[in-house]
Order: sequence, then C-alpha cells, then structure tokens
Amino acid sequence: MIWQLDIVILTLVIICGIGAITVKDLLGAAILFGAYSFMMCLLWSIMGAVDVAFTEASVGAGVSTVVFVAAVFRTSRRSKD
Amino acid sequence: MKIIGLIAVFLCGCLLVYGASDFPGWGDPSSPASTHVSPYYIETTMEFTHVPNIVTSVLADYRGYDTMYETTVIFGAGIACFLLLRVVKKKDPVSRLYRHKATGITLRIKKGGKIPDKSNAFERIDSEWVPYDLIIQISCRLLVPLIQIFALYVIAHGHYSPGGGFQGGVILAASIILIAISYDLRSALKIMSERASAFLSAIGVFIYAGTGALCLLLGANFLDYAALDSLLGSGMVMARSHGILIVEIGVGIAVMAVMICLYYNLSSEGKQDEGL
Repeated sequence: MIWQLDIVILTLVIICGIGAITVKDLLGAAILFGAYSFMMCLLWSIMGAVDVAFTEASVGAGVSTVVFVAAVFRTSRRSKD
Repeated sequence: MKIIGLIAVFLCGCLLVYGASDFPGWGDPSSPASTHVSPYYIETTMEFTHVPNIVTSVLADYRGYDTMYETTVIFGAGIACFLLLRVVKKKDPVSRLYRHKATGITLRIKKGGKIPDKSNAFERIDSEWVPYDLIIQISCRLLVPLIQIFALYVIAHGHYSPGGGFQGGVILAASIILIAISYDLRSALKIMSERASAFLSAIGVFIYAGTGALCLLLGANFLDYAALDSLLGSGMVMARSHGILIVEIGVGIAVMAVMICLYYNLSSEGKQDEGL
C-alpha cells in the first residue's frame, strides 16, 4: 500500500462527496457521485477487496450514475436548496 | 433549522469517529476476526467447496441465505419502481414525429391523423429532437457484444477471479442500456421487452430459491449444495462448486432484468414510449 496514493484518493473522495451534496446542478451532482464511487472503487482495490471494488465500479459508478442521469433528465435539472 | 441539522450531523460524525477508534487496526493479525474467523474459511474453503475465490464461496455458499434475500431485495426494488412509475393507462400523445428514412424529412402527425403504420419508409423518432448520429450508433453496436461476452465471463469465472452474479448482471444490463441510450428506447424494447424483463427478474429469484428448495427435497438443509451430488454425480465438493455457479446465474439474471426495468421506467417516465 502506497500511502501517498492513499492520501490523494482519500482527499478526492472527500472533495467529490462534499461537491455532490453542495452543487446546485443535479446533473453535476450525479456525475460527481459517479466520480466518488470510482474513487471508492480505487480505495477498495488498494485495500485488497477486489470483489467489492468490482461491485462498486459496476453498480456505483456505472448503472447508478445512468439511473441518476435518467431521473435528472425526467425531473428538474436545478435543486431548490 | 439548517444549523440544528449541521450540529446533529457533526455530533453523529464525532460519535462515529469515537466508535471507530475502538476498532482493531486495518489488517491487524491479532484482531478477533483474523485469529479465529478468517483462518477457518481461508484454510477449508478449497477443501470443502473447491472454489479458489474465497469471497465467492462465502457469498454464495456459507452465507447463501443472506445472498438469496439480497437478490429478493433487488427484485423488490424493481417491483416497487414499476408500481410507482409505470403509467398503465394508454394516453395518446398530442403528436408523434416520424422520419422518412430515404430523405430525412421529419413528419409531425397530429392526434387523430393517419400514422404510416405498416410502411417501412418511415421510422418513429422521439419528440425531443435527437441528432441522427451514425458514428455513435455503430460504435455502440460494436461494443455491445464485447460487453455481453465480458459479462458472461464475469458470471462464469466468479469462482476463480473477482466477479459473480451481481457484477455480471449489472454489466449485461449496461449493454442493453447502452442500446437504449445510443439508439432509442424502442430499439431496446425490441431486444428486451418489458414483459421479458419482468419475467426474467422473477425467474432469477426463482432459480436461486429453487436450488435451495431442491436441496431441501434431496434431504439436506436449505441451500446445502452438497445434496445436489445425487443429481450431478460429481462428488460432494464439486456439487457445492456447481451449486454456487447455478445460484450465481440466477442472481445475474435477476439483477440484469431489474436494472433494465429500472432504466426503462425512469427514462420514459413510466410510459415506455419515448426514452432519453
């Protein structure tokens, strides 16, 4: 485990997480959430949990982003708060 | 109100950090999990189930009952989404757009107008303008078989490498969703109809629960795949390995169908007429 890589990815996870809940544009929030999932996937694989990383990459970063984007396109793009 | 919420979240975070400080360190060899839980599985999985990937054997065999209900939860999510979003009442839209294939001229046909139903010269297009992009359509169509083969590999190879029913099912669903995005929803519905996706999601759960019930009928415990030996005739250990494969296929089918059903309903507002 390379600790520098770990720190960088953890920082990106936090940035993506905070970004996803503060951004007003919901499409941007969905994409940030996908990026967050991908960073989590990298973290899992660094820690050796390859199965979890695979699930996170396919479900978290893949299909759930698509589902979020579909929902955003069919509702409203801007968040009220 | 916002400040109270922030304070509550902050306090919960502090509690979590305080609670987590009591955990054993990451990869600590003297932690309880590493001293008498993990070694049992690491040492005996190969001997009892003949599955090199311990995660798969734990997921589908040692805690197979848990995974069965995980699949049921996904099935329930699909059903809930269907019941919430699906608009069953057929209401004709105000107008529909058709493109003349040879010339590219778009026709708007008002409600009550004659729709060129049987002719092949026209194709239906979505009412929100979609650019007709040959490159995207062809390259996505080239990608789809590769994605599907990879998904089947992930399901079938879950014993030896990371992967399994959940991931493979999601990747299979992604290939159909790619068709729905790059073409339109109707092309995807031609490949996998709504009825088929609903049917398959139930079939997947049925395969899982049915395997368990079959073990029960053969005189063993529920989901004790060793009992399948009398049907497969490959020895108790290999029967557990094959049982895991059967169950993974069930999970894959269920997850694929549910994900496709979710996408269909979400992207078309439940009308299943015009997608994104």
